[in-house]
Amino acid sequence: MPALSPTMTEGKLARWLKAIGEQVRAGDVIAEIETDKATMEVEAVDEGRLEQILVPEGTEGVAVNTPIAVLANGDAKNVATKSAPAAAKAEARPAAPAHTAAPANEVVAPEQDNAPGKPITVREALRDAMAAELERDGTVFLMGEEVAQYQGAYKISQGLLDRFGPKRIIDMPITEHGFAGMAVGAAMNGLRPIVEFMTFNFAMQAIDQIINSAAKTRYMSGGQMGCPIVFRGPNGAASRVAAQHSQDYASWYAHVPGLKVIAPYSAADAKGLLRAAIRDPNPVIFLENEILYGHTFPCPDDADFILPIGRAKIERAGRHVTIVSYSIGVGTALAAADVLAGQGVEAEVINLRTLRPLDIGTVVESVKRTSRLVTVEEGWPYAGIGAEVAMQVIEQAFDWLDAPPVRVAGADVPLPYAANLEKLALPQAVWVVEAVRKMV
Amino acid sequence: MHQERGANRAMPDAATQLDIYRRMIRIERNDDATIRTIKQGRLQMPYYSARGQEVIPSAVSVNLNPDDTICTIYRGIHDMVAKGVPLRPLWAEIAGRVTGTCKGKGGPMHITHPESGVMVTTGIVGSSMPIANGLAWAAKLDGSRRVTVAYFGDGASNIGAFHESLNLASLWKLPVIFVCQNNRYAEHSRFDKCTAVDRVAKRAGSYDMPGETVDGNDPFEMYAAAREAIERARDGGGPTLIEAITFRFLGHVFGDDDKYMDKAEKAAAMARDPIPAFRARLLESGVATEQGLADMHKDITAEVEDAMQFALGSEFPSVDELRRDVFATEIAL
Repeated sequence: MPALSPTMTEGKLARWLKAIGEQVRAGDVIAEIETDKATMEVEAVDEGRLEQILVPEGTEGVAVNTPIAVLANGDAKNVATKSAPAAAKAEARPAAPAHTAAPANEVVAPEQDNAPGKPITVREALRDAMAAELERDGTVFLMGEEVAQYQGAYKISQGLLDRFGPKRIIDMPITEHGFAGMAVGAAMNGLRPIVEFMTFNFAMQAIDQIINSAAKTRYMSGGQMGCPIVFRGPNGAASRVAAQHSQDYASWYAHVPGLKVIAPYSAADAKGLLRAAIRDPNPVIFLENEILYGHTFPCPDDADFILPIGRAKIERAGRHVTIVSYSIGVGTALAAADVLAGQGVEAEVINLRTLRPLDIGTVVESVKRTSRLVTVEEGWPYAGIGAEVAMQVIEQAFDWLDAPPVRVAGADVPLPYAANLEKLALPQAVWVVEAVRKMV
Repeated sequence: MHQERGANRAMPDAATQLDIYRRMIRIERNDDATIRTIKQGRLQMPYYSARGQEVIPSAVSVNLNPDDTICTIYRGIHDMVAKGVPLRPLWAEIAGRVTGTCKGKGGPMHITHPESGVMVTTGIVGSSMPIANGLAWAAKLDGSRRVTVAYFGDGASNIGAFHESLNLASLWKLPVIFVCQNNRYAEHSRFDKCTAVDRVAKRAGSYDMPGETVDGNDPFEMYAAAREAIERARDGGGPTLIEAITFRFLGHVFGDDDKYMDKAEKAAAMARDPIPAFRARLLESGVATEQGLADMHKDITAEVEDAMQFALGSEFPSVDELRRDVFATEIAL
């Protein structure tokens, strides 16, 4: 299964265009595959006779790099070029695991999202959250580039136009300052816009409206008016799109009084917190992650499921070190915790979920149990989220710390394009493991 | 798409002429008192006087309803007074007192008074126009006939937001009127040094919307242009760009020198002071009497004095206001 985009992780094998026994030349279209973005043709790279079809047509969820057919002259192989690494995965684990169980009285249990559910993607969770709130409140509407007819540049708004119509799901031209300002005016007039930025990189075009208008209106007007707007879209590095399209804006927005800032990791985070953001009377920056869109997590399917803004989640309990992260960094932290567990180190992993207001209480309580803090973020280290978390921990739990807090962050450079350099610029689980190993 | 000017344009009747003049005098008396109070050392504020631009918002506002909205800019107190913001809370706000429109926390560059339709005052050049579109859009969505006026200067017509806003407003036929108060200077830079066109109104053509340049110091011309644009917007005919040519008599910010200005240009503009000109016209046509205008002047002077005394006698916001109004109260989940 070829990767048709740098962020593709799986696809549907829609149709075989060659039958078993047929001769295939390099460049022949042999199959059609569907992703969440598009239907694409797959071309053969090698020549040979199609001997065996390993993945029948109609199969969904075929992982990238899965062999789909065998050509006569060789082994099972991919029929298209190999994909770039799709996500920051855990590094190879060291051998010789030496797991030690934690005494029950020293750890807290990891939190559950306390409702039964089923596995869904983050993409579906976001759509379901918007659909539920559009259904619930007639003043909510979605506006953004290609959100309606095209169903969203990343297909987050799939199906919403059909369901809610063109007065609630509204396509905008590429004019970010123009439409962000319109959202401000509409919010002042009693509506509740959800503004989708195709990515947060383009929200820089609208930064004046977000900061000077949306964030400050309530204060400047002495509390007379607010701007209940959700500004949402993918934030941070995707894959192989280089410097201008790969930036984590978390600390930019978290710096601003008047904005709430949310950065979900799982499908439950995405669904529960987006619903809360839409209901919130303040402007909310909702930082999604393109790579996570296709990731599947268990998610409560209770119609009333919602999560509180401003509360962190302990994803994994541990007693030796507290690892704090948000968004895709939580995955990196959990992968590192797996590795560390194999080395006898029990890491507690905290998913901040909300960056402002920050649930520093949960972090401080954890550090009081573990005495060590590592922060993980994709953004640059300078004046970043990790700096803020570490400073607040120092202020509130200095005497409990056995080691200086350590930040694991993106390299302090514009994101390079070359795959090897890109990998070196984004936090890896092995960096987290190394940081922890130095302090325990 | 420049409008044709003809004899059959809308004319303000006698009562409307007096209404326009009354608003102009309120603006002028307010400006006079503000400068006096600053000079006395009783008021410390950055003051962007609109002296000389009184006709524009006055002739626009007589065509607006109380629930119509405006977005204005840092040089916007004349727009607010014309739209009907009461003088006491207006003065208290510029004095930074708790009795101000925004409890003293917004100040003169960020006055908001939704009851009188003043939704946004921005200190960022160009940023009010997209918001005006949003207000107009919401009015259109809820089926009302409300319109929104976006006031801005000639400098803002060179900002990207101006162009984005005109495009969107025309694309969606929004009930918004863009009123460019072309006072010939963007801060301290002359219009023709910054702007590639000689008329801002020409830019309407790029967005397929009606645009016209009018003498912003002529109450009749300004009234006709505003009335037609506002009626068109109310009736679903979409936006208009009006460029009102005027001049600011007191420079960019109170206290700066005028060495950057052409002396002859300034003298000629001040000789066209719209207030005595309109006054003479009202008297000549018999719409007003000397005594009537003297009484009006006296009443308004007293009202402004009262507002100033009210403001200066008011308390500063209490210290707990420092941290209030950053966020709305938390929601119940």
